[in-house]
Amino acid sequence: MTLRDLINKLLGRETASANTARERLQLVLAHDRVDMSSLSTDLLDKMRKEILDVVAKYVEIDFDEVAVSLETEDRMTALVANLPIKRTLSGEIQFKNIEKKNKSK
Amino acid sequence: MAKTSRTILICSGKGGVGKTTLTANLGIALANSGASTAVLDADFGLRNLDLLLGLENRIIYTAQDVLDNNCRLDQALVRHKQEPNLALLPAGDPRMLDWMKPDDMKKISNLLSEKFEYVLIDCPAGVEDGFKNALAASKEAIVVTNPELSAVRDADRVVGILNTCDIHPIQLVVNRVRPTMMANQEMLSIDDVTSILSLPLLGIVLEDEQVIISTNRGEPLTLSGKKSPASKCYLNVSKRLKGEDVPVIDPNKENTSLKDKFIKLMQTKIF
Repeated sequence: MTLRDLINKLLGRETASANTARERLQLVLAHDRVDMSSLSTDLLDKMRKEILDVVAKYVEIDFDEVAVSLETEDRMTALVANLPIKRTLSGEIQFKNIEKKNKSK
Repeated sequence: MAKTSRTILICSGKGGVGKTTLTANLGIALANSGASTAVLDADFGLRNLDLLLGLENRIIYTAQDVLDNNCRLDQALVRHKQEPNLALLPAGDPRMLDWMKPDDMKKISNLLSEKFEYVLIDCPAGVEDGFKNALAASKEAIVVTNPELSAVRDADRVVGILNTCDIHPIQLVVNRVRPTMMANQEMLSIDDVTSILSLPLLGIVLEDEQVIISTNRGEPLTLSGKKSPASKCYLNVSKRLKGEDVPVIDPNKENTSLKDKFIKLMQTKIF
């Protein structure tokens, strides 16, 4: 915080407009840059479904908490997928195997 | 034949940010430093570079005539009176828009790069055909922008396209900088602009009334040798473009009045 910001705050004035400009610009550019890579929402939805299908083969996902989105930073757009795992399928199978073994004993 | 030739696109996306003024001043500054320089007006629809250089009455042939074999390149080039190292290749008339193709631009710029060390291409505003034509002929680029939302947004768009076109380096010039407004944080700072566009900074140009006056006269600031704030900046940009190791002008250091000092004090970080 600068001296100016402090005085503005004490007087209840608006903050300097450069900050507003920067924030608005970053937001609008994040959208522009994604537009340019021509990833429509339809395409993103399709991609999300396919990713989930693949991952669901190996682990059990918490479908309510799944989030797949595009994030842009420094001229790089990244696909960020947050897929909370409930448990691994293999773990589950192993657990069952152990149960069976126990029973067989 | 020039030893090594650099073909540099000067573009911005948005109109009115100062592409043509930069091209004219940079052209004069480079020529004045001894490098043979050509400026090519790629804005065929709305040409203005001839006006800024004061050469509007001396145009006989255009790039169009060269391509049509109506004249030789030498005949179409307009040499500057006071700065004979600089030549302007004027655009054709607006009708040229219809048949001009990227290959035509390549032909013209190849012809120029055989004769000149620097070929500066003044690009039309927008990201449509005129821009794509100019782009096809260029090896490196200077993106001009103002510390202002719409100019930066459009510049970002242009940079996105340049990045897909094997153009390197892409350098940034921030034009029409008002140091006092920046100090007041009522204008995007140079750091804001460079970090948002993630481009290396070639230089800044301060807002200066002398730019308008020099345009009225058709004598670019760098020609007169007058010590105005913008002319100092243009010279700085031309030196850095030539690879000289000079620091970018710091807008904060351009403030010397008591009021500016007070504003600076207000900027001090307290916590």
